[in-house]
Amino acid sequence: MEQLIQQLINGVSLGSIYALIALGYTMVYGIINLINFAHGEIYMMGAYIGFALTTFLGLGFAPSLILSMIGCSILGMVIEKVAYKPIRNSSRISALITAISVSLFLQYTMMYFVSPQTRTFPEVLKRKSISLLNGKIIIDQKNIYIVAITVLLMLLLQYVVKKTKLGKAMRAVAQDKEAAELMGVDVNKIISFTFAIGSALAGAAGVLVGIYYNTINPLMGATPGLKAFVAAVFGGIGIIPGAVLGGFSLGMIETVVSAYGGSVFKDAVAFAILILILLIKPNGLLGKTVKEKV
Amino acid sequence: MKKVLLIVMSMVLVLGMLSGCKPSTVSNDANSKDADTIRVGLNYELTGGAATYGQGLVDGIELAIEEVNKEGILGKKIETVKADNKSEDTEAANVSSKLATRDNVVVLLGPATSGNTKAATPAAMQNKIPLISGSATEDGITIDGNGNVRDYIFKTCFNDSFQGIMMAEFAFNDLGAKNAAILADTTSDYAQGLSKNFNETFTNLGGSIVTMEAYQQKDTDFKAVLTNIKGENPDVLFVPGYYEEVGLIVRQARELGLNIPILGGDGYESPKLIEIAGKESLNDVYYSSHYSPLDDTEEVAKFKESFKAKYGNYPDAFNALGYDMIYFLKDALIRAGEADPEKLKEALAATKDFKGVTGTLSIDEKHNPLKSVTILELKEGEPTFLKKLDPK
Repeated sequence: MEQLIQQLINGVSLGSIYALIALGYTMVYGIINLINFAHGEIYMMGAYIGFALTTFLGLGFAPSLILSMIGCSILGMVIEKVAYKPIRNSSRISALITAISVSLFLQYTMMYFVSPQTRTFPEVLKRKSISLLNGKIIIDQKNIYIVAITVLLMLLLQYVVKKTKLGKAMRAVAQDKEAAELMGVDVNKIISFTFAIGSALAGAAGVLVGIYYNTINPLMGATPGLKAFVAAVFGGIGIIPGAVLGGFSLGMIETVVSAYGGSVFKDAVAFAILILILLIKPNGLLGKTVKEKV
Repeated sequence: MKKVLLIVMSMVLVLGMLSGCKPSTVSNDANSKDADTIRVGLNYELTGGAATYGQGLVDGIELAIEEVNKEGILGKKIETVKADNKSEDTEAANVSSKLATRDNVVVLLGPATSGNTKAATPAAMQNKIPLISGSATEDGITIDGNGNVRDYIFKTCFNDSFQGIMMAEFAFNDLGAKNAAILADTTSDYAQGLSKNFNETFTNLGGSIVTMEAYQQKDTDFKAVLTNIKGENPDVLFVPGYYEEVGLIVRQARELGLNIPILGGDGYESPKLIEIAGKESLNDVYYSSHYSPLDDTEEVAKFKESFKAKYGNYPDAFNALGYDMIYFLKDALIRAGEADPEKLKEALAATKDFKGVTGTLSIDEKHNPLKSVTILELKEGEPTFLKKLDPK
């Protein structure tokens, strides 16, 4: 029982990271139907910005988190302007290929500048943990930070999308770009803004991972990026609460599978479960069936 | 057009054959038995990805040769023919056959890595020149695909699997552990070899393996498996693997309150381990290694001082392994009585209780050394020499 609770704590922490990255995937997909494969690399860049700020400038946790989110949102907007905007009206396959190219470009550019070796984050959060039931359950300070920040950012995002004028414009663009433009919505600005928010979330995830796992490298974005994409699809791509649900579910499934004797085929089992769920609910957990208009 | 090409090609071929033959006929005239030097071929990674290993070994080798040449062996001096294999398999094979056929060497030393050593073995076998590797730890180096011993190939460093055996004995006898857990890297042969042998030895000694878990290289989250392991209450945790993942594993284990001893092999040897795991996590961590500068025996102290005098810094494991190879060779040459590859091969195979700075070794029937293992303990991240463990 204690072990199960401990595993749930592990799973929620892992899931928060997936959820934060998945949010960016889902937002970009929701608005321009593009699977932004470079998203995992923005997360990596976020980790490196956080690393530079904490190591070389000696900044604390909160300022590095915020600055790295700002840095990533600028990067996200630049990528959109340079790589995606010119091909917004071409076929979806060329947009996808561009996204993959941007992803590889970022990976190997970083590899050139910072070298492929693993870097270690300085300890900005002191190791402090709460132990319950005679040390059978241990909650680390970092677990609490990760989950709390994820939930906070998700609520903030939900507020922006549902309650603000900007959010209304985003939803309008997502529904029908041309109609929104006719109503006076600046579509370019809104798309830029979406990239900025999504990238900021990825940046936050990058810093959190750097602090939680302590190691970063230029290729760290590839696997979590892929898993977060799966999480987004799993929850229903384009739906914000879906991404969070998908992220947490994937983290949980992975943890539970490796907890119950499957550490060797952890990923295989986790993804087999995902395939099964998608067979039953093809649009993801929260997805609605949309009828194609002919 | 085609005809011209054909003529050019055949000319190139003939030229190649001529230039290939000439030096070898010349060097064959100089019979190695009558020469006044003993020619030793060095096939090392002097540039490329494994250059630090190759250069480290060569530094050790050159220091030892300097010392040995003061008195000479069998009235002769050692003369080296050094060649760079650029850390590439194909180049290692080329260098090996060049040294064996054209430079008329008595023995080939190197390469440093297991992969390059494998590439260099065919030339040594075909030309019947003994090859000694001081650092290729992979198990199959001296054995061919059919399980037969490669007559001319020798090793002076222990096998990967041997570390698993020694660590199991250490856990059972020295740490008094009865229940052990294993968390092994499934993506590397090195870790699989260690894990298999640890398991067998520990079980044979009367201990039991309570759980076997796995991870993959580049994994970052180990908390789920570690929570599992914690639930099984083992006395020790064996984690064969490389420092990157091991660093994270040790750190996360300590964060979860899993404070049992953690054991591993020479993959732990890196300053990065301390960086990743953090000083406060690295207590009660033990690993096996080839050599420790903290070893206080007389031979090691003498080696350390003469190395420092020549190069200005203290030697590492690779320097020590290189240094030992020359004395190992000297030992065999004296017993062989002359610098003849065939007799040298017999003498190398018969090596018994050779004392070097990396431990005492005897060559077994598979041409692997039976050798003591150095066990290091990490205290607050600092490696401290714990003991040398001799094989039974």
